[in-house]
Amino acid sequence: MPLTAQLVVPLQQHIGAPTAPVVEAADEVRRGQLVGHSDVFVSADVHASASGRVLEIRSALHPVGADVLSVVIATDAEADAQVRFEERPVRLEEMEPVAIRQAVQEAGIVGLGGAAFPTHVKISPPRDTPIDTVLINGCECEPGLTADHRLMLERPADILLGLRAVLRAVGAERAFIGIEANKPDALAEMRRAVAAGARPQTGAAVAVVALRTKYPQGGEKLLIKAILNREVPAFGLPMAVGVVVHNVATCVAIAEKLRLGKPLYERVVTVTGTPVARPGNYLVRIGTSFRDLLEFSGCDFSRVGKVISGGPMMGVAQYSLEVPVVKGTAGIVVQAPAEVDVAAEQPCIRCGRCVDSCPVFLEPYALGKLAKAGRWAEVDRYHIMNCMECGCCAYVCPARIPLVQYIKLAKIKRPREK
Amino acid sequence: MTAATEEVLPELTFASSPHTRTRLDTGTVMRLVCVSLAPAALASVYIFGLRSLFVIVASVVTCVVTELLCNLVFRKDITVADGSAAVTGILFAFTLPPTTPLFMVVIGGFLAIFVVKQLFGGLGYNIFNPALAARAILLSSWPVALTTWVKPVKSFLAVDAVTSASPLGIIKEAARAGGAAVDVVTSASALGVVKEAAGAGGAADWTRNYLGLFLGTIPGSLGETCKVALLLGAVLLLVLKIIDWRLPFTYIGTVAILSIPLGRDPLAAVLSGGLILGAFFMATDPVTSPTTRAGKLVFGLGCGVLTALIRSFGGFPEGVCYSILFMNCLALLIDKYVRPRVFGARTVWSW
Repeated sequence: MPLTAQLVVPLQQHIGAPTAPVVEAADEVRRGQLVGHSDVFVSADVHASASGRVLEIRSALHPVGADVLSVVIATDAEADAQVRFEERPVRLEEMEPVAIRQAVQEAGIVGLGGAAFPTHVKISPPRDTPIDTVLINGCECEPGLTADHRLMLERPADILLGLRAVLRAVGAERAFIGIEANKPDALAEMRRAVAAGARPQTGAAVAVVALRTKYPQGGEKLLIKAILNREVPAFGLPMAVGVVVHNVATCVAIAEKLRLGKPLYERVVTVTGTPVARPGNYLVRIGTSFRDLLEFSGCDFSRVGKVISGGPMMGVAQYSLEVPVVKGTAGIVVQAPAEVDVAAEQPCIRCGRCVDSCPVFLEPYALGKLAKAGRWAEVDRYHIMNCMECGCCAYVCPARIPLVQYIKLAKIKRPREK
Repeated sequence: MTAATEEVLPELTFASSPHTRTRLDTGTVMRLVCVSLAPAALASVYIFGLRSLFVIVASVVTCVVTELLCNLVFRKDITVADGSAAVTGILFAFTLPPTTPLFMVVIGGFLAIFVVKQLFGGLGYNIFNPALAARAILLSSWPVALTTWVKPVKSFLAVDAVTSASPLGIIKEAARAGGAAVDVVTSASALGVVKEAAGAGGAADWTRNYLGLFLGTIPGSLGETCKVALLLGAVLLLVLKIIDWRLPFTYIGTVAILSIPLGRDPLAAVLSGGLILGAFFMATDPVTSPTTRAGKLVFGLGCGVLTALIRSFGGFPEGVCYSILFMNCLALLIDKYVRPRVFGARTVWSW
């Protein structure tokens, strides 16, 4: 999508410490220039998504619902067009793992599947934690989103380059690219690219595997279980079983940094929903407002009932359209008023559908009942912190109980162990 | 933040994820259960005549009206539309002999909804299956009326009835008599004769008549006899995943297997009495059965063992009703101890 007049770039778009601004109001910035930095390891730098002038640095609404200190940039299309990132040869086999990590950190790359965990942290395993396998997540994280699917069709070489960089950074010998079976074209394309070895090799074995199409197949721990049949311990990280998982879009971002020196300031966003006249995947600058993006995709604002940042299962409903696209914005789903679920909650009939549907084998109905009764001290007995809020339980609940909402509330209210 | 510049759109719905849900809500589930019971209801009217229809209508009307009155008196939301009262009404009628006086049906329907369901908190909170609990109360109150069986008339319009013994009653009598000749209600044939004369004209032995047992042209409670109609409904519920196969299959399988050491014909044990009705439509009542898959296996096993024991050693010929009611008491306990192994956890037990 074309450059808009104003961008609001939040200084925290990731899990971890917020960055501090390194520019000031009235400063001229260049596309790709660092605007936010933190010395904390678990953090991700923020870059200007366009050339222009910093209007102000203020607190602004973020799609997760909180206010976040943000850099507001009045864009300058002319200056922006001058910025070019030149292609340069990539010799992965000559790069030290630490150099790869450093490059990724400099580019401010985070997990682009939606969680936005800083990528350089994920590719820096502690010395005592050997990583033998890298998984690439080509399972769309949510139904309705197609951004990863398009990347696999259009950027297979970059995905493989990013993957090889990760392999080298973590010292793993093999990798699997997991793709759901309902994307045969992506499977074929990725297999072809792997066979062609279009990018510098690192000697590692890469295989493309077809996975059952189901939600939430793209959940990190479930992907590991599906491909490797390894079960990440409850509360553990994938590293604990010798695995790191990266999304295809993250791989592309790594490749762009290595090939072009380009930091992460734009991403592919799926825009979809019945009020959207031209649904599709858009390459969007970070900081572009939802309103501008929806306008560009032909959204009929008179028919908008709900705007969701992310997908229909885990996305966050927005109460304002003046929120920016951030690094973790994988999609925007717009629902017409008639499609908005407003069914009233009914009593639980103990049917157990939520139990059957839970991918991590919890008993969501019990958590819902405890939360409703305010029995916060007991929710840990039902393993509440294992819940990844995928939404399956609330989706299948015939009594329309907002189980995820209860669980989210209980996670906040539960007494913390000292 | 400068709130003035952030326009809040009042028309945007703000809610927690997920933002999409299945269409299968409680009302739909209950309506589908009603649909699944329709073949058996039709069959009962054909097998036992119009009396069946009267009993079913009286039961459903009583249950729905009682639910409505309870909602009004307790000042709660009107829950008639969720269809659960109607399901209870149909199931309760199914457990009754076709000749049950209608005033008893009305009293039973009222007890099912008012005492067994609403006094415990309404839908989702009752401990016992309302239909079965009401039947158990009626059985203790009017034991004769509730155990008077009639011969099938095989006409939609018939209103007359000839009493007879039910297949399980015959087996029970045979067991009591230790093989000696006894009368079974209306038939003068001795059991020794009955056993040999299966299929021969006049003999009232339904126990070896598999086809009769399967088609339901036998004496019994009005909704329990026609197995083919019940199975048709059960297949619908299984295919739509409204009920889980684990519970009914464990239940029926346990009864069949236990019938061998207990000296009974497994096929007859499965096809007689209320086992098919109870296993697919009563024990699977979500509210009064465990929520987990493993729990459902335990529940089905318990029901099966109890049914087989009551049939062989209890005072009544049939044990489905009491078995399920007994296991209803244990449903929450099963939920507490039979729990899924959490992903990535080492043990099932959490405390």
